[in-house]
Amino acid sequence: MSSSSSFSLGSLMRRPETGSFLGLAAVFLFFTAFGGVNFASPTGAASWLNVAAQLGIVAIPIGLLMIAGELDISIGSIIPAGSMTCAIISGHFDLPIVFGVGAALLLGAVIGLINGFLVIRTAVPSFIVTLGTLFAVAGMTLGFSVLVTGTTSVALKVPEAKWLLGDFIGGIYQVTIFWWLAAILFWGFFLHFSRYGNWIFAMGGDKVSARNAGIPTDRVTIMLFVCSGMSAAFVGLSQAILYNSAQVSAGQSYIFNSIISVVVGGVLLTGGYGSVFGIVLGTLTFAVVSQGIYFTGFDANWASLIIGVLLLGAVLMNNTFRKMALSYAPKKGVK
Amino acid sequence: MADAILSLQGVNKSFGPIDVLHDINLEIKAGEVLCLLGDNGAGKSTVIRLLSGVHKPSSGQILMDGKPLSFSSPRDAADHGIATVHQFGGTFPLMSIGRSFFVGREPTRWVGPFKIYDRKTANEIAVKAVQNFGITRIDDGDRLVGGLSGGERQALAIARAVHFGARVLILDEPTAALGVKQATHVLRIVNEAKRRGLAVIFITHQVMHAMAVGDHFAVLIRGGIASDFKKGDKTREEITDLMAGGASMAALEAEIDSEISSQPD
Repeated sequence: MSSSSSFSLGSLMRRPETGSFLGLAAVFLFFTAFGGVNFASPTGAASWLNVAAQLGIVAIPIGLLMIAGELDISIGSIIPAGSMTCAIISGHFDLPIVFGVGAALLLGAVIGLINGFLVIRTAVPSFIVTLGTLFAVAGMTLGFSVLVTGTTSVALKVPEAKWLLGDFIGGIYQVTIFWWLAAILFWGFFLHFSRYGNWIFAMGGDKVSARNAGIPTDRVTIMLFVCSGMSAAFVGLSQAILYNSAQVSAGQSYIFNSIISVVVGGVLLTGGYGSVFGIVLGTLTFAVVSQGIYFTGFDANWASLIIGVLLLGAVLMNNTFRKMALSYAPKKGVK
Repeated sequence: MADAILSLQGVNKSFGPIDVLHDINLEIKAGEVLCLLGDNGAGKSTVIRLLSGVHKPSSGQILMDGKPLSFSSPRDAADHGIATVHQFGGTFPLMSIGRSFFVGREPTRWVGPFKIYDRKTANEIAVKAVQNFGITRIDDGDRLVGGLSGGERQALAIARAVHFGARVLILDEPTAALGVKQATHVLRIVNEAKRRGLAVIFITHQVMHAMAVGDHFAVLIRGGIASDFKKGDKTREEITDLMAGGASMAALEAEIDSEISSQPD
């Protein structure tokens, strides 16, 4: 985030996260009005913060990939794969939890590596490549789980690791929230303050020019896929530890939910534009809508309608703000 | 006159069975603008790609400062001081002026234990570099490149190339997509680059633009150099005729006319 020395409403309007901030404010007010005081209370906040934290850890690397002009939907099966790997190693085989966590993260990294390698070598669009790995990994998870354990659901009892990944702070806030905060700080620094962030924006803007300017585009692409794979595996294993069990099919909803969060957060689907803060706001917006509906008298089935309308509204609003940013020229006196 | 910075000697290029260039000899000197003229498909782009390291010649050689060399990649050519600026500036519309200026070469500074992108320095240097080329309207490095006019983008790209030590500037149809006024801006920048001692290769369709800045002209027709002459050797009409293929164009026109008149409605 370029910390502007001169604060003005105009410069605020030109930031990529303005649209998502307004969207979040709108849904927050909406659900506070219809959901009553419970929604904004500490208990109410925990319900959507817990959802946001798990989604947010995956959404940020997905958003960075999108800024770099790529897409990763294989996370939908890396999450259950990470979950099952951790549970099979530390639950079924009763090995120390470090092995379960390590193996799950390694699996996520390897799948990310395969994704990245296929994308740079074959020039097949990353949507298709990761669609392929989405199904391949889902099949492998199911196949290996049944082969090794004979079931599709494995119990995992690791009280010694609970404080790190599965505990609740104050009884209601998942520890995952702090992991999300750490991820926000890390990626926020990476994208907006380190020089590597500039590379990612340049790659999304024009990959050929970026390569000609000396950016190792292949390496950066692979690194981003590895990070999204590992983040997805991390969410998977933390779910397994939190719920004391793992299922083979528990991640498909993350594919679209993360993309919605990222796009609502102001990231341009075709790359080159966006911010980590925007993605965080988009994730919160999604979580508020999906959980807020339970605080209102409305039937929860309507939540998807709100999310759909919100997505379209957010994209239109983001387009408007982006145009404002593009057409901006400092006001001059007499020329 | 100084020796050539860059020269092509007997260069041929073919892609599989298709000969694209044959026996190209060109010399580019410091402080001189070489205009490369020619119709679509004449091989202008292939010449640029050879010089900027995208392709390698099938035979013949490229010499830089009299020494033969071969570029392994566009990056390698850039490291030798050959910068290519494309029609749309090759810049990133949604990045700020400062950020796009320094893509791949970001200035950094230390804040505590962290090495961060130095936005202030980047913006200052970028704005100053563009202003030195006479584009004084750019004074805020945070503006997005997409908000600049076509001419300003070209200026930014050229200023960037010069700032990072380019000796040879290849401009690929920089005026093609521009209005009259914007094109004049770019031509002025080409003259400024020449004044600073850069060797400029200016690729264009527009004879007027070529004549405004060129010292040396080469006309490509079907992969060969049809004509190579100095400023003042030929009139505008002669050059236009050359580019259009001269006699063959007149013959074609006659053919089309008879074709049309023989067609019943």
